[in-house]
Amino acid sequence: MKKLACSLACAAALGLSVTAPVNAAGISNGEVKIGVLSDMSGVYSAIGGKGSVVAAEMAVHDFGGTVLGKPIKIVSADHQNKADVGSAVAREWIDKDHVDMITDILNSAVGIAVQKLASEKHTITMNTGAGSTALTNKDCTKYGIHYLYDTYALPVGTATAIVKGGGTSWYFITADYAFGHSLQNNTETIVKSLGGEIKGAVQAPLGTSDFSSYLIQAQGSGAKVIGLANAGADTINAIKQANEFGIVQKGQQLAGMLVFISDVKSLGLDTAKGLQFTTGYYWDRNDASRKFGNAFYAKFGKMPTMDQAGVYSAVLNYLKAVKAAGTDNADAVRAELGKMKIDFFGSVGHIRADGLNVHDMYLVKVKSPKEFNPNVGHGWDLLKVEATIPGDKAYMSLAQGSCKLVKK
Amino acid sequence: MGLPLDAVLAQAMLGLTQGAFYAVLSLGLAVIFGLLNIINFAHGALYMLGAFLALIGLNQLGGWIGAPDFQINFWAALVLAPLLVGLFGILIERTMLSRLYKFDHLYGLLLTFGVALVLQGFFTNYYNVNGTPYPGTPASLRGIVNLGFMYFPKYRLFALAASLVVCFITWYVIERTKLGAYLRAGTEKPELVQAFGINVPLMITLTYGFGVALAGLAGVLAAPIYSVGPLMGANVIITVFAVVVIGGMGSILGSILTGLALGMVEGITKVVYPPAANTVIFFVMVIILLVRPAGLFGREV
Amino acid sequence: MNRIAWITVIVLGLLAPFAVYPVLMMELLCFALFACAFNLLLGYSGLLSFGHAAFFGGAAYICGYAVTAWHLGPLQGILIGTAFAGGLGLVFGVLAIRRQGIYFAMITLALAQIIFFLCLKMPFTGGEDGLQGVPRGMLFGFIDLNKPLNMYYTVFAIFMICFWLIWRAVNSPFGQVLSAIRENEARAISLGYSVERIKLLAFVLSATLAGTAGATKSIVFQTASLTDVSWHTSGEVILMTLVGGMGTLLGPVVGAFTIVGLQHELSSIGSWVTVIIGLTFIVCVLVFRRGMVGELTRLWKRSF
Repeated sequence: MKKLACSLACAAALGLSVTAPVNAAGISNGEVKIGVLSDMSGVYSAIGGKGSVVAAEMAVHDFGGTVLGKPIKIVSADHQNKADVGSAVAREWIDKDHVDMITDILNSAVGIAVQKLASEKHTITMNTGAGSTALTNKDCTKYGIHYLYDTYALPVGTATAIVKGGGTSWYFITADYAFGHSLQNNTETIVKSLGGEIKGAVQAPLGTSDFSSYLIQAQGSGAKVIGLANAGADTINAIKQANEFGIVQKGQQLAGMLVFISDVKSLGLDTAKGLQFTTGYYWDRNDASRKFGNAFYAKFGKMPTMDQAGVYSAVLNYLKAVKAAGTDNADAVRAELGKMKIDFFGSVGHIRADGLNVHDMYLVKVKSPKEFNPNVGHGWDLLKVEATIPGDKAYMSLAQGSCKLVKK
Repeated sequence: MGLPLDAVLAQAMLGLTQGAFYAVLSLGLAVIFGLLNIINFAHGALYMLGAFLALIGLNQLGGWIGAPDFQINFWAALVLAPLLVGLFGILIERTMLSRLYKFDHLYGLLLTFGVALVLQGFFTNYYNVNGTPYPGTPASLRGIVNLGFMYFPKYRLFALAASLVVCFITWYVIERTKLGAYLRAGTEKPELVQAFGINVPLMITLTYGFGVALAGLAGVLAAPIYSVGPLMGANVIITVFAVVVIGGMGSILGSILTGLALGMVEGITKVVYPPAANTVIFFVMVIILLVRPAGLFGREV
Repeated sequence: MNRIAWITVIVLGLLAPFAVYPVLMMELLCFALFACAFNLLLGYSGLLSFGHAAFFGGAAYICGYAVTAWHLGPLQGILIGTAFAGGLGLVFGVLAIRRQGIYFAMITLALAQIIFFLCLKMPFTGGEDGLQGVPRGMLFGFIDLNKPLNMYYTVFAIFMICFWLIWRAVNSPFGQVLSAIRENEARAISLGYSVERIKLLAFVLSATLAGTAGATKSIVFQTASLTDVSWHTSGEVILMTLVGGMGTLLGPVVGAFTIVGLQHELSSIGSWVTVIIGLTFIVCVLVFRRGMVGELTRLWKRSF
């Protein structure tokens, strides 16, 4: 028996010594380091921010704290929504601190800059925060993964549901930057393909505090639906002021193209009720999402936004891939991520060659104050899931895309 | 453009409301500049402070003092917040600004820039940068009224009226009363006024307090319309500077009229070419300063 | 500065990347150069410009665009950026130079805001995203700037050349006249100096060098963004100059190192950095109006 055990151990040791050189380096620098790069104090900090760091730490904890016997470390930094600050931090992380993967990266401008830089330096990025489809098209890279949502997937569910529900003419209030424009274009395409009509659009500067002028223009257009192709504070202000001017009471419908649960919480159900939007995660969707939601609430005092949930899932799946690949070498891990099934709170996705994680999205509707149950979810019983949009319908197909890494 | 008249009137009305805020803010700046000769960079931050005082009084103060039901409502905040901001201003003037009068006036601008950074950084640490909605709009001011050409929120109408009244009273006091005469004389010939037995340093202190109290008042008025956030001051201060410069530094009437007018210009730009809405004021400023170096209502130096 | 001081600076600069993360060092040097250029105007001519970000950021955009779209080398890119900033400085200067004090500050601010708007709206600037993925390229066609040390020594060389230029300018007859104008403009006029032209020259020189700093930064960080042209950057450079000591040669360098260093080292404590920088600024204005270098020099002179 003893002999057998010894020979097994010897064989194992031998096996290891044989496989080690194949797996390039095993775990480089004796640990796996994951960087959470987010907006910690700016306009998107409620969406990602410190909550994303908590989510990443939870993922490490749930994974067991070590991978391949080596410790896992989370570092975090504030990119202040500036592409230059973000890429400077990423550069220092990769050069000096040997960070193996960078996640969150809210804000498309920062997202694109960091993805480019990280790829030059052979480092994986798993972007959960930015929406621009450029990340997996024009600016796609070998190591860049777009994990959670993009400006193509967002309007698919929302616009389709609204047009089919009778909202056939649209007017857009668009945040005047790449993200807003791409959101508007993608929504327009869907509305038109369903026979809807575009009455017009107005480009509001990013960070507008008073949307009243644009809302009155939208009102004057006579469109049935006012599409808000913006995010964060812009969306909140627009919805709040639409309420102030009685736009919805006068019969027009608002459609938020990118809304986070934190926005709904901040607006309150009175103001936001009935708003439909598309999301990648809602805590009260199934057992897996509830389990994470409640655990997150216990740690952070808020239910997770889809971005924070995305960070959790991204870190967890990254660690799984490292384990399966037996190394933190970026090429090997990226290959593994492309092969494995990506578990996203009970639904299954897969990562394509262009870096897009194809997974289900959900059409949700904000509850009215009457539907709200104060005994559920610590005051976060805000949404109801109306439909599931299967991944292959939600996202642009590889054939439609323009990523140079995809052979056609 | 072929815009219907109603739409033009509606946009003008919105612009006017925005302009009224510019007017109150730039009025405060102009009063301070007139007497102290410094540009008060902290003006935006003090505007933000006013809004936050209103929000804190409504949401948090009760909890802090152990009486959760205690609230400072909107009307009380409308009086208390400007007073507190004014006192804070007096504190700044007495402890810091007054030490700088004997140096170049630019140091005043730089000092208040530092004050603005401190306030902004402080509130950013504790409050959502996106802004927190102020839920305390009085019931009597909720809802909308039909103006004939548009439906307009009652509260905005109130804010517009209140701003105009404040502007008028300030203008009247400074330009038409004895107190105002002392103030204006103090600007021109401080030594002489001092010789008449008027305490000029006290007058300067109170003027600064009054000027920033106006910023605090604008903050409270703005709270129910815009969200209350740490960056609300930084976003508006540069525009308000432009208003004061275009109106003519230190000119009371100039800053009021320019504020209202530029609000309208901005409103029209939001229809004609929205992306330039935040920049149009600077185009106007460059043109005005090239044609009239001392501003529209300023005196040539 | 005497020979010992020069040698100290050069030796420190050569050794720095072995002690400090090179990219941080490069950032420090870029801002130090920006502050030195600004100081040439504020410290030596007494003109407070509130629009210097336009030159810094404008040059960054032009340089970034030139090397990305026209595939120019990094040095050509920086030169084009610098030239652009100089031209822009001439335009700003012609429009603003007759104004005094606050009006000068405000008109430069307004012009800079217009440049900001252009950087936001022009088709080639990438709008809110800014220019990204600017290649560092090969210096003189054979030195690979993607290697951190190569990039660092290039930046250091650029910094030293510009710093030397500023030193020469300040100590030349031109610098003397500038000081004379700052002290007593009426007197300088009566002495027959064409004050406006001299001021304009100082303004253009300052703008040009600010442009060099911005263009170099865009090569180092491989981006040009709206932050570089925003009024906050104009405010920050005033801060650096004042904290370090305006009107002293080394002051802006010390100021830039302090402010950028603080921001870098304290970035984990969030917006308390803003509070700390604000307080530093207040203390400087109230107590150390000569700035760190200025006060130290005074103490030094007093103790001997």
